Amino acid sequence: MLDKELRSMIGDVKDGRMDRRTFIQRLAAVGLTAPLANQLLSIGGVAMAQSPVPYPPTKRGGGGPLKLLWWQGPTLLNPHFATGTKDQDGSRLFYEPLASWDVEGNLNPILAAEIPSVANGGLAADGKSVTWKIKPGVKWHDGKPLTADDVVFTWEYASDPATAAVSISTYADMTVEKVADLTVRILFKNPTPFWANAFVGAYGCIIPKHLFADYKGSKSREAPTNLAPVGTGPYKFVEFKPGDLVRGQLNPDYHMPNRPYFDTIDMKGGGDAVSAARAVIQTGEFDFAWNMQVEDEVLLRLEKGGKGKTVYATGGDIEFIAINFTDPNAEVDGERSSMKTKHPILSDPNVRKALALLVDRESVKKAIYGRAGRTTANYLNGPEKFVSKNTSWEFSVEKASKLLEDAGWKVGADGIREKDGKKLKLLYQTSTNGPRQKTQAIVKQACQKAGIDVELKSVVASVFFSSDVANPDTYSKFYADIEEFQIPMTQPDPALHMRRYISANVATKENKWQGPNFPRYVNKEFDEAIAAAETETDLVKRAALYIKCNDLLWQDTVFIPVMHRLVVDASANALRPVISGWANRTDNIQDWYREA
Amino acid sequence: MSQYVLRRLLIAVPSLLAISLVLFVVLALAPGDPFSELATNPNVPPEVQAALRAKFGLDDPIYLRYLHWLNAMLHGDWGFSFVSRMNVDTLILQRLPATLYVIGSAQILALLIAIPVGVYAATKPYSLFDQIANTLAFVGFSLPTFFTGILFILIFSVTLDWLPFVYSTDIKATGIRWVLEMIRQAIMPVAVLGLFQAASMTRFVRSAMLDVIRLDYVTTARAKGLGQATVIVKHVMRNAMIPVVTLIALQMPAVFGGAIVTEQIFRIPGIGSLLISSILSNDTPVVMAVTFVFACLVVLFNLIADVLYGWLDPRISLR
Repeated sequence: MLDKELRSMIGDVKDGRMDRRTFIQRLAAVGLTAPLANQLLSIGGVAMAQSPVPYPPTKRGGGGPLKLLWWQGPTLLNPHFATGTKDQDGSRLFYEPLASWDVEGNLNPILAAEIPSVANGGLAADGKSVTWKIKPGVKWHDGKPLTADDVVFTWEYASDPATAAVSISTYADMTVEKVADLTVRILFKNPTPFWANAFVGAYGCIIPKHLFADYKGSKSREAPTNLAPVGTGPYKFVEFKPGDLVRGQLNPDYHMPNRPYFDTIDMKGGGDAVSAARAVIQTGEFDFAWNMQVEDEVLLRLEKGGKGKTVYATGGDIEFIAINFTDPNAEVDGERSSMKTKHPILSDPNVRKALALLVDRESVKKAIYGRAGRTTANYLNGPEKFVSKNTSWEFSVEKASKLLEDAGWKVGADGIREKDGKKLKLLYQTSTNGPRQKTQAIVKQACQKAGIDVELKSVVASVFFSSDVANPDTYSKFYADIEEFQIPMTQPDPALHMRRYISANVATKENKWQGPNFPRYVNKEFDEAIAAAETETDLVKRAALYIKCNDLLWQDTVFIPVMHRLVVDASANALRPVISGWANRTDNIQDWYREA
Repeated sequence: MSQYVLRRLLIAVPSLLAISLVLFVVLALAPGDPFSELATNPNVPPEVQAALRAKFGLDDPIYLRYLHWLNAMLHGDWGFSFVSRMNVDTLILQRLPATLYVIGSAQILALLIAIPVGVYAATKPYSLFDQIANTLAFVGFSLPTFFTGILFILIFSVTLDWLPFVYSTDIKATGIRWVLEMIRQAIMPVAVLGLFQAASMTRFVRSAMLDVIRLDYVTTARAKGLGQATVIVKHVMRNAMIPVVTLIALQMPAVFGGAIVTEQIFRIPGIGSLLISSILSNDTPVVMAVTFVFACLVVLFNLIADVLYGWLDPRISLR
């Protein structure tokens, strides 16, 4: 697309003929979002804007206590062992990365002196190295200075397989070297267009070498610091009770001026989402509650005359129905849904297209998600620059019926369509979860009208999402015709999100069903596009490749997107939380304050 | 007596072993995986999950894992939590005070209500007091705690705004303010649990009293000219308490085991909420330790109840 035009526009920004905002607006008009636009500018040699979050407090502290309610409390406080977002959120109060993601998906320097760009020499033109400069004068909570050694050590620690860090893949395929006391360079094996993964966000938290050096590798679980973090963050660690409470107090030596605002911070865990919403919105016992997985209707009711409100942040989390391309009922070599089979019904593209026409996304939004969802035709919903404008969706029982009719699926005596003796019967599975069962009901009803018999099945979440090889009901075994769940997008880049579905990643018995391509989708064109995108350093071409991948998934109806889900939290009316849909809730905790 | 206790303790060993074996096998066969949360996270490659499983010995055969666990338990090592990556005993000890305080107070409240009300109702059966006490008792144990809990929250926290409904472990106050705050935040959970227990216990005390109060020796005691209070307290109650003691003794382990539902509603960081969150995250070492401790307590309190019988009724001899 408009390759040349874009380059001239970047030139304009560089020379000051066009301001950043106009540039971003122009790109938005053609479907590229702000985070991409910013990365484009940084590759094009324009420094990224330092995020202009308004922060009125003029002195450090004085804000009293900040009381957070996480209905699943953190269970450990080492960011590199953090199994769930709750643990990442808790660790992030004390540890910091070089940069965080701001609300728009831009990089916001935290421990870095500046964001690397081509202009400041941070980014290599070939996309194979990044040089980070560390902010001088930063101190660990125990008074020792932060240096490049700590950053290099963090890479060594996380990338050592014996440490069994969950952040290992973030630090694989790269080496990190110390350039100077406060400068490190990351060297990538391959050109890496999305360079802002290591040392950014939750898995990017830097850990102190002087406390972890003896506990690298197989001794990692014995480190006393695992339970009593010593970081560089705005709050110093006070107390931790797994699953119940994390407490911190203001760090008087914090490296950002006038921050933090609050004198103490409490993160309480336990309970359920509804009562958490109540404690913030209705009674005001807490200032902020995380992850309001509550029906919008309930939230609206609580908000009437309440002490708080719900706050939303847009990320890329997608709730979808996935199609099984293999036959879940035939067993080949002791394996169902085997790659040696083809789905008897769903291998017909017309059936898949008809199913997509039968998912009434507008009703699902109205009845279930409300303000917390957006209807979409895309699997890839962000950042804006990667969102396809070529797709569309509609709900029409008539069109679906006609499509099936034309494809030879005729209504039988029992009202169910059939073709060549095969009945149009589908097993639709998902995890046990109120909104999902409602969605199932809505879809089933529409399918019935079109002559498709849908059998519903729900599996307890702890089984459905487990990797238990012995259990037949996991999402990755996919012993059903279609299944619904959500895949979160954990960073503002589609690389990991999209590469799941290359043919090499198919879930099979051989890889113990750990391949992330659970629909068992195979398309050479898709594989090639992903391979090309992963080494493409021209950001515009790269975005175009990912858009193409999304469009392929749409054309082949691999997924029927149900809802693009927003991040929903509850906040006291006066609190000004800074929440990015692209990062952990606490990724910008240093900027939170309360309006007087 | 001491011989009796010793013998009972010895008998307890094989039964506890059997219990632990059953628990372990059931937990090992149960579906789920402590690292399942990693599965949907595209950042975490499957190899990491496999490495973690290997590290925590999850890939060993069941009998080996059981023997490891048993051996460690005998050496006082309760295991290591997969999820929190800390020792299970630390985790449990952290949760114990809140459970003891809340559930213990609830039991005391229940006894303080049940015994006087039950005794008084039995002395005047079918009187107005008895009728009212009975009706309230029926209402009390027909309403589940999750319902009364939410009802209390709606009334006392949301509408009236008198009491907090999130229990906090660390109250930032000292001296008398700290004590008052601790009492204030415990009022609702203690009332919910205590009233529920009191309801069924009242019925129990009443019927136990009624059984005894009609016996001839009570009439004899009255005939001797003893006052009503002496007859009831010294002669009737002491005998009527035998079944009540059994009931209370069997409820004592619950004081340590926590109350899963109530703890969840009021966010009390007790053993019950630890158990439920460990079950949900498939943290088997914690589930195993908590349930096993629970089993030990049941065995222990049964023994205590038996010893107490001998004290309450000298006719029962322990051999």
